[in-house]
Amino acid sequence: MATGTRRETEQLERVVVRFAGDSGDGMQLTGDRFTTSSALVGNDLSTFPDFPAEIRAPAGTLAGVSAFQVHIADRDILTPGDAPDVLVAMNPAALRANIGLVPAGATLIVNVDAFDERSLAKAGYSSNPLTDNSLSAYRVYEVPMTSLTQEVCKEAGVKPRDAERSKNFFALGLVSWLYTRPVEPTLEWIAARFGANPTVAEANTRAFRAGYHFGETAELFTANYEVRPAPFEPGEYTQITGNQALAWGLLAASRLAGLPLFLGSYPITPASDILHELSRRKEFGVRTFQAEDEIAGVGAALGAAFGGCLGVTTTSGPGLDLKSETIGLAVNLELPLIVVDVQRGGPSTGLPTKAEQADLLHAMYGRHGEAPVPIVAPRTPSRCFDAAIDAVRLAVTYRTPVILLSDGYLANGAEPWRLPDLSALEPIDPAFASEPNHVDPDGTPKFLPYVRDPQTLARPWAPPGVPGLEHRIGGLEKADLTGNVSYDPENHEAMVRWRANKIAGIAKTLPDVEVDHEDGAELLVLGWGSTYGAITAGVRRARARGLKVAQAHLDFVNPFPLNLGEVVRRYPKVLIPEINLGQLSRLIRAEYLVDAQSLNKVQGVPFRAGEIEDAIVKLIGGAR
Amino acid sequence: MTAIPVTTRKDWASDQEVRWCPGCGDYSILAAVQMLMPELGVRRESTVFLSGIGCAARFPYYMNTYGLHSIHGRAPAIATGLATTRPDLDVWVVTGDGDALSIGGNHLIHALRRNVNMTILLFNNQIYGLTKGQYSPTSELSKITKSTPFGSLDTPFNPISLALGAEATFVARTHDMDRGHMQEIFRRAHDHKGAAFVEVYQNCNVYNDGAFEKITSRDARSSMLIPLVHGQPIRFGAEGERGVVQRPDGRLEIVDVAEVGEDALVVHDETRDDPGLAFALSRLAAGPYEPTPIGVFRAVERPEYGEEMSRQIVRAQERLGVGDLDALLRSGSTWTVE
Repeated sequence: MATGTRRETEQLERVVVRFAGDSGDGMQLTGDRFTTSSALVGNDLSTFPDFPAEIRAPAGTLAGVSAFQVHIADRDILTPGDAPDVLVAMNPAALRANIGLVPAGATLIVNVDAFDERSLAKAGYSSNPLTDNSLSAYRVYEVPMTSLTQEVCKEAGVKPRDAERSKNFFALGLVSWLYTRPVEPTLEWIAARFGANPTVAEANTRAFRAGYHFGETAELFTANYEVRPAPFEPGEYTQITGNQALAWGLLAASRLAGLPLFLGSYPITPASDILHELSRRKEFGVRTFQAEDEIAGVGAALGAAFGGCLGVTTTSGPGLDLKSETIGLAVNLELPLIVVDVQRGGPSTGLPTKAEQADLLHAMYGRHGEAPVPIVAPRTPSRCFDAAIDAVRLAVTYRTPVILLSDGYLANGAEPWRLPDLSALEPIDPAFASEPNHVDPDGTPKFLPYVRDPQTLARPWAPPGVPGLEHRIGGLEKADLTGNVSYDPENHEAMVRWRANKIAGIAKTLPDVEVDHEDGAELLVLGWGSTYGAITAGVRRARARGLKVAQAHLDFVNPFPLNLGEVVRRYPKVLIPEINLGQLSRLIRAEYLVDAQSLNKVQGVPFRAGEIEDAIVKLIGGAR
Repeated sequence: MTAIPVTTRKDWASDQEVRWCPGCGDYSILAAVQMLMPELGVRRESTVFLSGIGCAARFPYYMNTYGLHSIHGRAPAIATGLATTRPDLDVWVVTGDGDALSIGGNHLIHALRRNVNMTILLFNNQIYGLTKGQYSPTSELSKITKSTPFGSLDTPFNPISLALGAEATFVARTHDMDRGHMQEIFRRAHDHKGAAFVEVYQNCNVYNDGAFEKITSRDARSSMLIPLVHGQPIRFGAEGERGVVQRPDGRLEIVDVAEVGEDALVVHDETRDDPGLAFALSRLAAGPYEPTPIGVFRAVERPEYGEEMSRQIVRAQERLGVGDLDALLRSGSTWTVE
């Protein structure tokens, strides 16, 4: 297939494409393929899959619209883009649900075959937007995707009804032409993915090629575009989502620690893909256990940890509620345990497929009693790999449950990832107890399970199987050193303080929070987790306007890095953007007594860079 | 591995003072277990007792083995993680009627159906003891307790029926007044591959004294306990004068052997694949005031969960080699930036 064209090819620095259709139209797949071919071209990219909780809401309705937005650029980018430059709408509902996001002047590519009266009515249109002039602010391309797809598939003997299902590949072909994406990787992928069903493979191939040729020959488009490779650091790259990075990070951590990985989980959106990924990796010695409920998932993980494995459970908000009691037990037992919470909109069932920084205070305080746990929060999809290793290192070193807060945006979003040199990662030493650590006055060697390491304050980890180290631990308060049941008041306070000091002491080993400082800055924008991209892009824009802004982002939310107090006090103003009603800001205000301002959005979608920029301008715009 | 050291009961008792109420049935169960352990041919360091919450759940503190006293109802779940990752260990779960059948009901049935390698001892005293006397899921209907001053409204669970319904591969019952019988049943349960479930009728002398007296007291036993012996006709009584027959409609009935003849009696077969007859036996007594079967109701072989889990790993490694993380990271589309 010729990739050249008679018409001119214009250079673009960046473009944001949004594919929208019915849940059953394959929009996620289409977006994902476009992303991969862009990654292979060497673009920087960031994606935002945006889909409903219903698997197949009634076709053609607004509730059933599924979208995938991808931002590609010839330079380093941080977000999936504030607004699409191109919206591909497979039906009226997709147009109606997304048009509000599309700025005037942008391009709409619509499947005109789907704009019949019935579909328009289902989408709630009283007149056809393609003919009533309501889209006059846009460049609209009406493409008969369904009928053209059916036409090319007919020759291959595919029934029209089946051929209709390949129309997303027509759209993919068309957009691939429009942005001069290479076609071979997608054709190869179709062959591999649908190889078992040659008719489907053939239909998809024909639809894809037809879409590509349509762009080339239909005289509709005056030009096509090229987004050149972004200047990446040298290295080998792949494209990765947060959930995949997290699963692979757990595999890496398991290897670094020499501990077999046990995952006890109950399916829950948007965390299930971690369970799926690890379930496929038996050759790594991973045991995955789909438990009867969330409680059993974390319970089994804790049981495995007692036995000397790397015990992990993965969940989302509702599951974290249910796991709370077991996490408290792990705090008391002082055993390593990894709890991954891929946050989603709450409360209750909330917004299962949407992102929200919903559970920070839950992770901090969601247990009875004084039960502190370290909290790790990755900032981008690929950083989920590092966060998993960090979490395991803390859990194993300090014999404590660690909560890793990802979210739906990180979990499903993709970005290019420079593959790490695995051999350069520092090993994690489980330092199992191997011999008695105490001698009784009568000379008998003894094992005391609650003797603490003077540096870390961690207790020994003594999995069953070693003679002489038999011991009993449990949820009742334990006597210092011996671990025997104790109701002694002084001992209880001492143990509460040991546990608190142990977690607080982790701060000593954490890297300082890095500040992207500007001389004269009077505002610090501080964030945690998945808001990193939007905050950084917003800060860049504010700086481009001449505003002096500093930025810092937390990878560890509990304990805070040691220099954080000095950092937040260094600037007259502190702005904390969060996808919640202000959870980190409460912690910062309480800890450091600074008047941090909260910027909040709780809509199940990430911040747009423009929203961050606006907030910065509002706070310090007058001081330009 | 060195030879298993010879031990005595003393070696299996921890240095902790036992704190159950004086006269509690738990003492005799603890003694039975501690005395049995030296005979099982197992190592202390490879033995783990896990429990949830309740009076029974204090059991691990008194065993000089590895132990974990966890949270209410969750011991079978925690034990599942341990047993599946450490097949070298002997995993025991000690639980009670509230712990296993109320708050932990879900974990119990799933551990049983999966056939995870653990021995579950359920001390059934038909009352909540640790919280001082509320009715439990095995308390008889209309029971007057602190939380049911006008009588309880809940139909009780029959733990044996429940375990059979949950696809358990080993189901047995014993009682705290007969150490020999307890030890025989515990030994069988321990030796069973997979999840073994043992209901132990246990007297709470403070909040539910005498709950099982009508069947377990020395005088009553011969006429009220129906010993289940594999391969033998089911009969009981001082002279074996009574027995169990199956009617054409499937019902089991207790009859005088003299009337029907020994050949008419049901011959107990604990290995029957169909759990129907075992279930019928579990329903023979309406409560511990009618002749009640004790012993092993069911003991069948089925693949053990942890072993199957390990087998999947071995097979994957035979097929693909041991996982190579560098290769995995490169398993999708990759590109190189010079």
